[in-house]
Amino acid sequence: MKKNSKIIKFFTESNKAFTLISILLGFFIGGLILWLSGFNPFRAYQIIINGIFSKPTYISYTIIRATPLILTGLSVAFAFRTGLFNIGAEGQFIIGSAAALAGYYINLPAILLIPVVIFIAIFFSGLWGAIAGLLKSKYGIHEVISTIMLNWIALYLQNYFTSIKGFAKPNSEATKYIYDNAKITFLDNWKHTDQGIEWLKNHQLLKDILRTPANFGIFIAILCAILVWVILNKTTLGYKLRAVGFNKEAARYGGINIEKYTIISMFISGSLAGLAGGLHVMGVSHNITILSAMEGYGFDGIAVALIGNNAAFGTIWAGFLFGALKYGGTKIQPFMGAPSEIISIMIGTIVFFISMPNIIKISLNKILKKNKKRGDNAQ
Amino acid sequence: MKTKNVPALEMKNITKKFGDFIANDKLNLIVQKGEVHALLGENGAGKTTLMNILYGLYTPTSGDIFINGVKTIISSPKIAIDNRIGMVHQHFMLVKPFTVTENIILGKEKKNKFGKLLVKESKKDIIALSEKYSLFVNPDEKIANITVGMQQRVEILKALYRGADILILDEPTAVLTPQEIKELGIILKNLTNEGKSIIFISHKLKEITQFADKCTIIRRGKLIDTINVNTITEQELASKMVGRNVNFIVEKKEANPKEPILKIKDLVVKDNLGLIAVNKLSLEVKAGEILGIAGIDGNGQSELVEAIAGLRNIESGKVFVNNIDLTNKTPSDIFKNKVSHIPEDRQKFGLVLDFSVKEDFILQTHSNSPFAKKGFLNGNEINKFANELVEKFDVRPTDIEKNARDLSGGNQQKVIIAREVTHDPQLLIAVQPTRGLDVGAIEFVHKSLIKQRDKGKAVLLLSLELDEVINISDRLAVIFEGEIVGIVDAKNSDVNKIGFMMSGGESKNEKK
Ligand SMILES: Nc1ncnc2c1ncn2[C@@H]1O[C@H](COP(=O)(O)OP(=O)(O)OP(=O)(O)O)[C@@H](O)[C@H]1O
Ligand SMILES: [Mg+2]
Repeated sequence: MKKNSKIIKFFTESNKAFTLISILLGFFIGGLILWLSGFNPFRAYQIIINGIFSKPTYISYTIIRATPLILTGLSVAFAFRTGLFNIGAEGQFIIGSAAALAGYYINLPAILLIPVVIFIAIFFSGLWGAIAGLLKSKYGIHEVISTIMLNWIALYLQNYFTSIKGFAKPNSEATKYIYDNAKITFLDNWKHTDQGIEWLKNHQLLKDILRTPANFGIFIAILCAILVWVILNKTTLGYKLRAVGFNKEAARYGGINIEKYTIISMFISGSLAGLAGGLHVMGVSHNITILSAMEGYGFDGIAVALIGNNAAFGTIWAGFLFGALKYGGTKIQPFMGAPSEIISIMIGTIVFFISMPNIIKISLNKILKKNKKRGDNAQ
Repeated sequence: MKTKNVPALEMKNITKKFGDFIANDKLNLIVQKGEVHALLGENGAGKTTLMNILYGLYTPTSGDIFINGVKTIISSPKIAIDNRIGMVHQHFMLVKPFTVTENIILGKEKKNKFGKLLVKESKKDIIALSEKYSLFVNPDEKIANITVGMQQRVEILKALYRGADILILDEPTAVLTPQEIKELGIILKNLTNEGKSIIFISHKLKEITQFADKCTIIRRGKLIDTINVNTITEQELASKMVGRNVNFIVEKKEANPKEPILKIKDLVVKDNLGLIAVNKLSLEVKAGEILGIAGIDGNGQSELVEAIAGLRNIESGKVFVNNIDLTNKTPSDIFKNKVSHIPEDRQKFGLVLDFSVKEDFILQTHSNSPFAKKGFLNGNEINKFANELVEKFDVRPTDIEKNARDLSGGNQQKVIIAREVTHDPQLLIAVQPTRGLDVGAIEFVHKSLIKQRDKGKAVLLLSLELDEVINISDRLAVIFEGEIVGIVDAKNSDVNKIGFMMSGGESKNEKK
C-alpha cells in the first residue's frame, strides 16, 4: 500500500516522471499518425533507433546535432529562469557563427586561437542579446518583440556581409574557411593525410567516427551546462538574477538593480546561443553561407529548454533527445517512404503536453486514484 | 422540524498531509445555518489549509465533508461554488488591471445571445447586491486603484454574486481600518439574517467575541475545542489557543529620546495615478523613540514609506537619515545607511515567494560577508543564519528549505520581521508589522520593536490599528491627506481626539 502511494506521488508530483510521460505520449501520437497514414509505426521506430545507434558514425552525428541544441536550450532556459523569454536565440546563434569568422582574420597557434575565437563569438552574441535587455530595461520594450526583430536583423546582416567582397569566396554564396588553427574538429587535417588514411584503415571505430565532423563542441556544451547550474545556484549573481526573475518588486526592495541584471541576463543568454553558432562554425561548417531562411537552432532551443524543464542538466538530456530524433528521424523517409515531418509532429506533441502539465496531472490523478480504490476494495 | 437541525456544513475527521508534515489532524467542524463560526489558532495552525480543502483547492488526505447533510466530494473550486460555497482568501485573488465589475462577474459573465458581455446589466446587478448588504464599491474603478478595504468588499461581492450560502472569510479584518471592521460586522449580520453561514478566521479576539456565535480552536493541526462565544472571555480564548497565558498589555519603560535620526522636510510624493499623495510633509523621528503614524488608510502612508525606502520617486523635499541626504537614493544605498523596512505588502515587496525561507532571509545581504565570498554563496553560513532566525523568531515549521509560498500567512510575516530586525538598523520602518499574526506572535513583535528603541534606535511605526499605534508608540503623528495634522504624546492621548484629527477635523481648524 505504501509503495503504491509512493508511485502515485512520483507520477503526480515529480517533474521528471511527468516529462517522461509527455515524451511517451509524443511517441505514441507520432506512431498513431504513421499508422493512420498507412505505415507500420513499429518499423518506423526501429528504423529511427537503428538510425541513431546502430553505427558509430550515426552516434557521432547525433552528438554533433545535439551540441548546438543543448547550448541554445541552455540559452533559453537561463533567460527563463531569470524571468525573461528569449526568442532571440536564433539571431544570437547567427551573430555567434558570424563572429567566429574571426578565425579567418586572426592567426595564432591553435591553443590561443581557439579560445580567442570562442571569446569573440561569445562576446558579440552576448552584446546582441544585451540589446534586447537594454531595450527592456530602458524603454520597457518586451524582450519577445525585440528579440524577434533582432533575429531578422541578424539574418540579413549575415547575408549582407556574406555577399560583400572581403568576406565572400569569389563566385560563391559562402565565406572563406577559417584557419585550421581555429577549428575544433577532431584531427581534421590528419585524417585526410595519406598517413591518416592508412592508419584509420586498421581502426574501424575511429574511422567511422572521424568520417563525421566530430568535434570538441559537446564537451564545451556540457561544461556550459555545469557552469549555468553553478551560476544560478551557487553565486550571488545567480541569486540576484533569480530574485529578479521571480519577483521584480521584491528584488528592487532588496536593493537589486533590476535594469542592470536584466541586461546581464540577456548577455549571458545571448552568449550561450552565440557559442552554439560559434562552435558550429569551428567544428562543423568552417564557414558561413547566405541563408535563405533561419536554420532553427535557436527556435529548437525553446523546445529543448521546455522539455528540459529549464534546468541545466535537463537541457542536456533534452538536447540529446531532440538531436537524436532530428537526425534519426530523417531516415524513415529513404527507408520506408514515410514523411520525416512526423518527427516534427512528435516533438510538437511532446512540447504540447509539457506545456499543459495539468492535463496529464489531473488525468493521472484520476486514473491512479481509481486503481487505488479498486485495490483497496479487493483487499 | 428535523431538517432544520441538519448543519449547513459538517467536516468530519479531516486530515491533510504535506509530505510528512500534518497540517490538519482529524479536524471536525460543524457550522449551522445563519451562524458566524470563528476559526482560531496560532500562525500555521492549519486554518487556511482546512478552508482550502472546503473550497476544493486541496484534496484532503482523509475525511469527509457534508453539505446540508449530504456527503460531497469537493475536488475543485468550481464544485465548491456549485455547492454554494464562497471564499475570500487571506491574500486577495483579484485581477488588478480589471475593473470591479469585471472582477465580480469573472467566470459568471452575463452575455447576450451573440456572446457580447452585458456590462451595464451586470453593473446594475452588482449595485443592487451591494446596496442590499451595504457593501459599498465603485463598479467602474480598476482594482489597482482602490483601497484594500474596497478590494475586500469586492471579494465578498464576488462570492455573493456566485450565490454563496456558506461564506469563508480568511482573516478579513487583517487589512481593514477600525471603521471598516465595524461596517463588516454589520454586513455579517445582514448576511446571517438571510440564513447564510459564515466561517470567519481572525487573530483578533475582540472581533471573535463581537461577531461570532461559535468558535473552533485549532492548535498545530489538532482540534482543541468548539465553544459558545458568549460564555468566554478574550483572555480565556487566548490561553486556549496558545496553550499558555498571554500578556495583552505591552510593558515598556519610559522612552529616552536623543538626537533626530530621520528628518523629512517638505516631502512631496505622487501616487500611482500621478496625484499628490504626500503633500509637503515634514517629520522627525529621534533615536530611542517609536514614532507612530495614525491615519485612515489611503492618506499617503504607503507613498510616504515607499519614498523613504527608495521605492517611489520623490518630487520635491528632502529625506535625511543621520544627516545623510537619502532623497531619491536607491534601495540598496538606503539599506547601506542602516535603514530597514518591514513593508506593508509582504507578498509584493517583502518576500520572493518562490525562494526558500533561507534565501529570503538574505534578500538584502546575499552579497555581504559571511553569506558570500568572491561572488559565491556560502551555503553553510546561510544555513546557520537561517536556522538561528527560524528558532529565535519561532517561524513554523522550522524547515529552512521550504518555499516561502508554502508558509502560512503569519509565518511569512515572521520571516520578514526576523530579517529586518536582525539587520539592526538605525531606523526601522515598520508598516503593519503585526498584520495576520496571532496574539503570541504580536506580543513578540511588539517586544522586538521596543527592544530596538531601548537600544537607542529610531522606529517609525505605521498601523491602521489605532490601539497598536497608541500602545507601542511614544509619540503619535496623525496623517491626513498627505500632511501631518498634529503630533501628540501617545501616553496620555485621547482616542476620540485622535479619531477626530484622523478624519481631518483638526487640519481645517488649523488652516483658518
Ligand atoms: N502547499 C503547502 N505545502 C507545504 N506546506 C504547506 C502548504 N500549505 C500550507 N502548508 C503548511 O501547513 C501549515 C498550516 O498552514 P495554514 O496556512 O493552514 O496556517 P494558518 O492556520 O492559516 O496560519 P496563519 O494564521 O499564519 O495564516 C503551515 O505550517 C504551512 O507551512
Ligand atoms: Mg492562514
